[in-house]
Order: sequence, then C-alpha cells, then structure tokens
Amino acid sequence: MSKNQHCSFKRRSFMIGAAALPLMLAMPLAAHAAPPATAAVNTTKLAVTDTEVTVGQLHSATGTMAISETGSIQAEQLAIDQINALGGVLGRKIKVIKEDGASDWPTFAEKSKKLLVNDRVAAVFGCWTSASRKAVLPIFEKENGMLYYPTFYEGLEQSKNVIYTGQEATQQILYGLDWAAKEKKAKTYFLIGSDYIWPRTSNKIARKHIENVIKGKVVGEEYYPLGQTNFNSLINKIKVAKPDAIYAIVVGGSNVAFYKQLKAAGITGDKQFLLTISVTEDEMLGIGGENTVGFYAAMKYFQSLDNPNNKKFVEAFKAKYGKNAVIGDVTQAAYLGPWLWKASVEKAGSFDIDKVAAASGGIEFKDAPEGYVKIHPNHHLWSKTRIGQMQSDGQFKVVTESPGLIEPNPFPKGYQ
Amino acid sequence: MSFSEILNIGLMQGFAGLSLFSVLLLMGLGLAIIFGQMGVINMAHGEFMTIGAYTIYLFSQLTETYAPALAQAYFPFAIAAAFVFAFIVGWLVEWAFIRHLYQRPLDTLLATWGLSLGMQQIFRSSFGAKEVSATLPDWLMGSWAPKDGLDIPINGLFVMALTLIVTGGVLLALYKSRWGLRVRATVSNRVMANAIGINTTRTDRVTFAIGCGVAGVAGAAFTTIGSTGPTSGSLYIVDAFLVVTFGGAASLWGTVVSAFGIAQTQSVAEFFLSGSNAKVLTLLLIVSILMLRPQGLFAAKIRR
Repeated sequence: MSKNQHCSFKRRSFMIGAAALPLMLAMPLAAHAAPPATAAVNTTKLAVTDTEVTVGQLHSATGTMAISETGSIQAEQLAIDQINALGGVLGRKIKVIKEDGASDWPTFAEKSKKLLVNDRVAAVFGCWTSASRKAVLPIFEKENGMLYYPTFYEGLEQSKNVIYTGQEATQQILYGLDWAAKEKKAKTYFLIGSDYIWPRTSNKIARKHIENVIKGKVVGEEYYPLGQTNFNSLINKIKVAKPDAIYAIVVGGSNVAFYKQLKAAGITGDKQFLLTISVTEDEMLGIGGENTVGFYAAMKYFQSLDNPNNKKFVEAFKAKYGKNAVIGDVTQAAYLGPWLWKASVEKAGSFDIDKVAAASGGIEFKDAPEGYVKIHPNHHLWSKTRIGQMQSDGQFKVVTESPGLIEPNPFPKGYQ
Repeated sequence: MSFSEILNIGLMQGFAGLSLFSVLLLMGLGLAIIFGQMGVINMAHGEFMTIGAYTIYLFSQLTETYAPALAQAYFPFAIAAAFVFAFIVGWLVEWAFIRHLYQRPLDTLLATWGLSLGMQQIFRSSFGAKEVSATLPDWLMGSWAPKDGLDIPINGLFVMALTLIVTGGVLLALYKSRWGLRVRATVSNRVMANAIGINTTRTDRVTFAIGCGVAGVAGAAFTTIGSTGPTSGSLYIVDAFLVVTFGGAASLWGTVVSAFGIAQTQSVAEFFLSGSNAKVLTLLLIVSILMLRPQGLFAAKIRR
C-alpha cells in the first residue's frame, strides 16, 4: 500500500468518526498506545486499514451441509466478537465477509477466489468437508491465502496455507482403539463407514492399528452409500460376527438411521461396546440420546468438559445462541481458528500471509475450551483425545483422556 | 454357529427384507398416485415427506411442553395430522403451480425441483439447519424378543402395519370409490372424462393432494427409523422414483411388486456382499430389466 492511500484511509475514517461522534474530535488518535502503522504490518495489499482488518468466513449456510457447518459459523463469529471486544488484532477490529459455499464444492472454490482476490482478506475461517477443503486448497496455495480448517479429518495433507484446528486421523483413532483394547478387552472389531474418503482412510488406519499393534482381529469391514437409510442387513451381519467392538464412522442422515435401527434390533449400550469418531453433540440432536445411551465416542472436545475455560466458553456460546444450543467437537475447533490467527499475527507483528504462516508453528493458546493447545510446525494442533460416553440427554460423560497432548502426524508411517 | 442361531438370523434377515419392502412401498405410494396416475414428475415428493416428519417433531414438542401425560399416545394423531398438513400444502401447490404445467411434463420436473429446494430452505429457516429428533413413545422403541437371540424391531413392525393400512386404503379408494372412478377415467381419457361431466380439474387437485398426504404419512412413519432434518426428504426421493418407475408408472400393483422385488434383492445382496456393492448389484438388475421392459414391470392396458 502506498503512502498516499494510507493517508486517504486515515482521513476517511477520521471524517466518518467526526460525522458520527463529534466528541471523538477532541480526542487525539494517539491517546491510546498507537497500533503499528498499516504500511508496516501489511506489505502485500491485504484488506487492512488503520482501524480494521477484513477476514473471510466460508461455510455452507444452505444445502445439505448446513446441518453440520452452522455450529462452526456460530463459533467463529463468537470468537471474532470476543477478540473485537478485547481491542481486535494489532489494534484493528476484525470485519467479517461471510460467503456461502452452499454445500457445493465448485462454489467453495469460486467464493474462496473471490475472498482472496477481490476482497484481499487477511485470513479465511471455513470449509467443513474434506471435499470442500480439497476444492479450495489449490486456490489458497496459488493466491497465498490463510485457511483455518476446523474439522477432524483423514490426514495425508499439509500446507503452508492451512492451519488444521481439528484432529487428524491418527490423533483421534489410535488412542481410542488402545483404550478399547485395554479397558474394554476388545479383541474383535467390526468396522463400519459411510462410503467416502474420510471413513475409508480412517478405517484403514484403524485396521492396521488393530492388526499390528493391538494384535486383535477385524471380523468385518463394511461401507454404505452416504444416503443409506436401511441398516437391517448390516445389523444381522454384526449379529453373526459377534464382535467385541463396533467401530462406526457413519455420517449424515445415515447416522440417525443407523443408531435408531441398532436400538430397534436390540443392540444397545448395555449389551454391546460401540466406539465412534463421527458422533458429536450436534449429531446427538438428530439421533436422540435415548437411542445411543452407553455407546462411546473418541473426540478431542466434549461440551461437558470440566475446566474453567470451557465453562466460560459454553456460557458465552449459550448467551449468544440460546440456552438449547449444543457444542460439538468441530464447533470448538472452529472457535480456536480466530484466536490462533490472532496469536500468530501478533507474534509475526504483521498480517502478511508468509509471516503469519511462518510464525504459526509453536503458537500456544492457553484459553482453549479443550484445554491447552499448540500449533505443530506441520500446521496441525497438539491436542488431547478424550473418550465420552453417550447419555440420554444427548451429552457425553467424559470417561478418560489421553495423559498428554498427542502429536499430530498427518503422514503416519506404517498406517498407509 | 448352532442351528438355532442360523434360524434366528434367517428369521431376522427375512424380516429385514419385509421391513425394507414396506419402507419402499410407503415412500413410493404417494409418488405412484401423483406420477403414476397423473404423470406429474414431482421432485418435491421428498419434501412432502419432510413435512410429515416435522409434524411428528412439532407434536412431540407440544405434548412434551403442554401435556406430558399424553407422551405415549400422541403418535397416531400426529400421523393423521401429517396427512392433513401435507394434503393442504399439496392442494395449494397444485393450485398455484402444478395445474399450469400439465401440458409440459419436463417443465414440471424443473419447477418441482425448484419447489423442493425452496421448501428445504423454508424448513431450514423455520426449524434450524440442524437435525432434530422427536421423542418417540416408548412402545415404538426397542425390539420384540420372542426368544433369546431373536430381535424383531418394533418400529419395523409399526411401519409394516401402517404400510398395509395405507396401501389397502389407497387401493380401495382407487378401485371402489367415486373418486377412484373419476381418477381412472381421467387417466385413461381426459377429454372424454371431461365430456361426460367429470370435473377433471378438481379430480387432479384432489389426487395430487392425496398423493402428497400419503407422502406426509410416510415421512411421519420414517421418523421412527430415520432422520428429521431440512434435507431428510432427499434421502428417499431416488428410491421412491426407482420403485415407481420399475413397477410401471401407471400401475399401483406394479409399485407393490417392484417394491417387494427391490427390497428382497437389496437386503439379500446386502447380507452377502458389502453395502455399496449390494446397491450396485440392485441398480444393475433394475437397469437391465428396464432395458428389456422400458414400460416397467406392469404396463397399463390403455390404448394410447
């Protein structure tokens, strides 16, 4: 940005201020600690002014994925509001441009291009499915943008331009399986998934771990199309195989059908051990707690986590979105995005993408609702994994957690 | 594995096939009336089912708040209400929308698809984007276990009974009532039916509304086995069209037979193959049969 532009921005904001609040006139701008000059913190023509920094939010507010992405949209907005209330980032308030990916991957690509090229946003908080992330990744790399991606996912990816605030597959899977083998004495496993990349990759990792590390046995591995609503035959196959553990990665509308039909077939938490990595508090809304009582999920975050950070977070979330709002794992991960970006920008002392990306590794966030998190140089987060038991009210009871932070390992050797 | 275990699995698997049959039939029935009898390709069929599903949710919320004592009894009333709501919406849609498009079947396809997107957004705006779950009465939950190791899903039994009642009712109405007579007359020769004094406009409207009402009932029943969300209906639409097209569009019996055939093929294939492969096999079979019999299993005997 040239000096001239810099001045005109200053004058415009000054005039707006003067028109709205004459009192402000009397207050010299330098009364507070002056924020660093825009020319210094923004050398790449991003949408940063003396008072404002523009970021983008790219989720599906409409279409089939709106079910899942609504929570992320809300959490990111909450984080941004809280950061603004504390004075913003480098003295600049965050302004959000919301774009709707509409559950359509080409739309995600188009909108991300719009945000990066036309709006010159300093960061984007967004995407949910791996498909949408894969669609926008080349654009973020080409246009040099910064994406904060909240969903737990299959791994096998790493980019300078993405911070993955959810867990990659091994973080979520391995601890849960070790726990099942040790505490639940599970020797035989039945793997179930919806038929697309995340469940298949995750089950591949799970199978390797069961066979090579736990020395257990996989007695069945089944995939069903995403819209499947009938699981009776599958349930009979489970009854034939009699596994110690069902390992389920069913998603979307199928998820509800799967658990309702399990319950109807007499497979309930008191008779059968089931561990899933695809059911959060959000999914429980649709499934209904009475259908899943006693089953387990492995996640890094549950709404019921008992720590001061989380109490504050849940309170703020409910104050903003109603007392019936629930918070799932991804919602919490989405909440981390703006905070991690703020910390990285402040460490870098600049909004420039290259400097922020370089500063990201080692960034800590001590106020995270899930507890302490830290960005690994591979741009994933160190995090704990917890096991929660499903309750009839749709919440989880945390039964155990990993003793320390688990290192993110998006390219696990021996698991591919 | 002992003989009694094999017997149990066999029984449960047989029931799974029958249960899928009744699900497919129930979801296809409303469409069979609208698509089969009237030739309207109603892409918004799934959303009429969603109306039914949300009706159950509304009733469950209302009883929970205002009359917790009725928690065990509200379900049948909610299903009746689901029919009424879907019927009314269907009536309005026919009046505002469909009746202008009878001569242009392909435009109906596009228009009803647009309608389905619009309805999804209405659900999303009024009930929220997230899925909801109705609190079902206890007697609908769990399984009936006549002996050890044999679990028959109660919701499956319920859907089966409901399918039987609704199918019987529709067949009876179509072949024994004045309305049925008028529908059949209009279907076989619209001009002549008009000439002998049948109000075909009114017949169309009632028929469309009844088709939608039946879809509402199906959607309501499926809250026991599936999800309730803005896009839940889209989970059923493909299967519904499959059943009706395969059975022969103009024949209700065709729909019954085709639902049975597809259900049995799929549930047996699912048991012996993996889930996705079973779907592939079923669809391959349907496609090859439709290549040999493009008019479907049962063609209407009408001179065209």
